Amino acid sequence: MAGKTLSEKIIEKHCGKVVSAGETVIVNVDLSYVQDGTGPLTVRRMKEMGIEVAYNPKKTIFFLDHASPSPRMELSNDHEFMRDFARKSGIILSDVGNGISHHNSLEKYACPSDVIVGADSHTCTNGALGAFGTGMGSTDVAAAIALGKTWMRVPETYLVEVNGRLPKGVYSKDIILHLIGTIGSNGATYKALEFTGDTINDMSTAGRSTIANMSVEAGAKAGLFSPDDETRNFLKAMGREEAFRELKSDEDAVFEKKIQIKADELEPLIAVPHLVDNVKKISEIGKVKVNEVFIGTSCNGRLEDLHIAASIMKGHTINPDTRVIVTPASRRVYIEALKDGTIETFMEAGALVTGAGCGACDGVHLGILGDGEVCLATQPRNFKGRMGDPDSFIYLGNPAVAAATALAGEISDPREVM
Amino acid sequence: MGKAWKFGDSISTDVIAPGRYFHLRSNLPELAKHVLEPARPEFASEVKKGDFVVAGDNFGLGSSREHAPIIIKIAGAKAVLAKSFARIFYRNCINIGLPAITCNTDKIDEGYEIELDMEKGVVRNKTKGMELEFPHLPPVMNRILQEGGLVAYIKAHKSLEI
Repeated sequence: MAGKTLSEKIIEKHCGKVVSAGETVIVNVDLSYVQDGTGPLTVRRMKEMGIEVAYNPKKTIFFLDHASPSPRMELSNDHEFMRDFARKSGIILSDVGNGISHHNSLEKYACPSDVIVGADSHTCTNGALGAFGTGMGSTDVAAAIALGKTWMRVPETYLVEVNGRLPKGVYSKDIILHLIGTIGSNGATYKALEFTGDTINDMSTAGRSTIANMSVEAGAKAGLFSPDDETRNFLKAMGREEAFRELKSDEDAVFEKKIQIKADELEPLIAVPHLVDNVKKISEIGKVKVNEVFIGTSCNGRLEDLHIAASIMKGHTINPDTRVIVTPASRRVYIEALKDGTIETFMEAGALVTGAGCGACDGVHLGILGDGEVCLATQPRNFKGRMGDPDSFIYLGNPAVAAATALAGEISDPREVM
Repeated sequence: MGKAWKFGDSISTDVIAPGRYFHLRSNLPELAKHVLEPARPEFASEVKKGDFVVAGDNFGLGSSREHAPIIIKIAGAKAVLAKSFARIFYRNCINIGLPAITCNTDKIDEGYEIELDMEKGVVRNKTKGMELEFPHLPPVMNRILQEGGLVAYIKAHKSLEI
C-alpha cells in the first residue's frame, strides 16, 4: 500500500480509519473559531439548529478582530451579540485589541496535527504549525462548534519544493506570490499544498505562516508544513512546547503534483489589481504613485515583518503624499514591537500605528480607500473594492517593498535602499 | 424559467458582498440590495425571482463570508451556474440551499430564458434548443441540499452522519 501524505495522516487520526485522497469522511474537530464578520451568523445558525452549547467550549473561540474596535453601532451590536453568547456558553472570547484570529491561534491554541476549522478563509494559516486548518462558512462552523465534527473530502496534495537561498529583499511572501502567479487563483482548488525543501527548512514559523495564509489564494483547502525543530522552538517560545507533535508525509506518499521553486532566482513580486494571481516582478511595475501603505494582517503582521519594514524606515521620513498605517497582528506582537523600539521607529518615520487586528485589509475601518486611491499593502488580497471604494487599487507586496514604497511615495524596489 | 444574468471569471466575495457594507451583515435584506454591485450595479434592483446568476471560472473566490450566497438567494436568484467555483463558496451554497451548478456557461448568453432540472442534471433553453448536462453533486452535498441545507439537516438528524 502506498504511503500517506501529511493531510491524509492528520485526517486519519481524526476519523479513526485509513483514508485516501478523494474519500469523504466525518472528522473530529480539535479547534473551531469564528470572527466578528462571520460569528453573528454562526450564533444564529446554532440557535436555528437548536444546539446552543458548544461541544467543546474551551476549544471554541470568538475573535473580534475585523472591526476592532467597532467603528459603527451596527457592528457594536454584533460584538455584543457575540460576547453575550460566549459568556453564556463558556466559549473563549478574544476581544478587540487582542488581534487577528489566525495569529492568536498560532500563539495560543493550534497544535501540530490538529484539525482546525474557522469561519474565515485564512484559517489555513494554521498549516504553519503542521495543523490541518481550513476555512468554512458560518453554518459549517456552527455545526463544528455544536457537534465537534465536520465532514470533508480528503484532499489530494500538491508538493511544493522550495530550494535555494532567498536573495536580498525577497521573502516568503514572494515565494507564495510566485506560486499563485504560476498556478493561478484556482490552481489548487480543493487541494492541499504541502511545502518542503531547504528554503522551507531554514524558514521561521512567521515566514511559513505567510505562505500557509495565502494558500487559499490559489484555491487550496489547506497549506501545510511538517512540524520540525523550528516548530518546537516556536511553541516553546509561546510557552507550550508540550503541544509539539511530529508528523510528516511518507517517502512513498502519493502527491498529485510536484512543483519546484528556485528561491535564489526570485525577486520581489507584486500582485497588481484586482486579482492575487496578477503577479509581476517589481522591475516590471513602472511608476505607480501610492496614497496609502498598509503593513500588517494575518499574512504579514508578525514581529519579523515589522522588523523588516522598520529596518528600512529607520532614520527616514515617509513621503509627505503617502499615509503609512502599521497594524500589528496580535497584542503579543504589539508589545514586543513596543519593547524593542520597532513601534518608535515607525512613529518617528511618520507612520500611524493602530491597535492589533485585521486593520485596513477588510475595508471596514483604519484606512478605507477613496475613489481612485492606490494602496500598497502586505495583506493577502487585492480584490476590487476590498478596502473601500470599488474604484480604488490594491497592490500586494512584501514588508520591505511596503517600507521602500512608504519612503518613496511610489512602488519601489527595496533592494535599492537596503 | 428564469433569465440568465451573465458575469465574468473570478467574481470574488468582495464583489458579491462588498466589505464596505460589512455593517449590514446582520441585516441581510438590506445587504442584498448591494449584491454584486461592483460588477453590475443594476442587478440587485432588476433581478426577478427565479432568475439565474451565470458566471465563468472560479466564482466566489476569496473570503468565507456565507452572506455572499445568502444575498444572491435573497435577491431572488434560483441558482448560480458557473464553469467552476471556489471551494468555500461552493460549500456555503449547498449549506444554505442554493444550487451551485458546474457547467459550460459559454453556451448561455445574457438574457437567455433557462430552466433547471436538478433530477436529470440538465440546464435547458427551450427556444434555442439548448441542453447542458451537469454532474450530480457528491452524495453528502446532495443529501444536505435536498433536505433544505445544513441547518435543516442537523435539526432533523442531530448528527452529520449521512
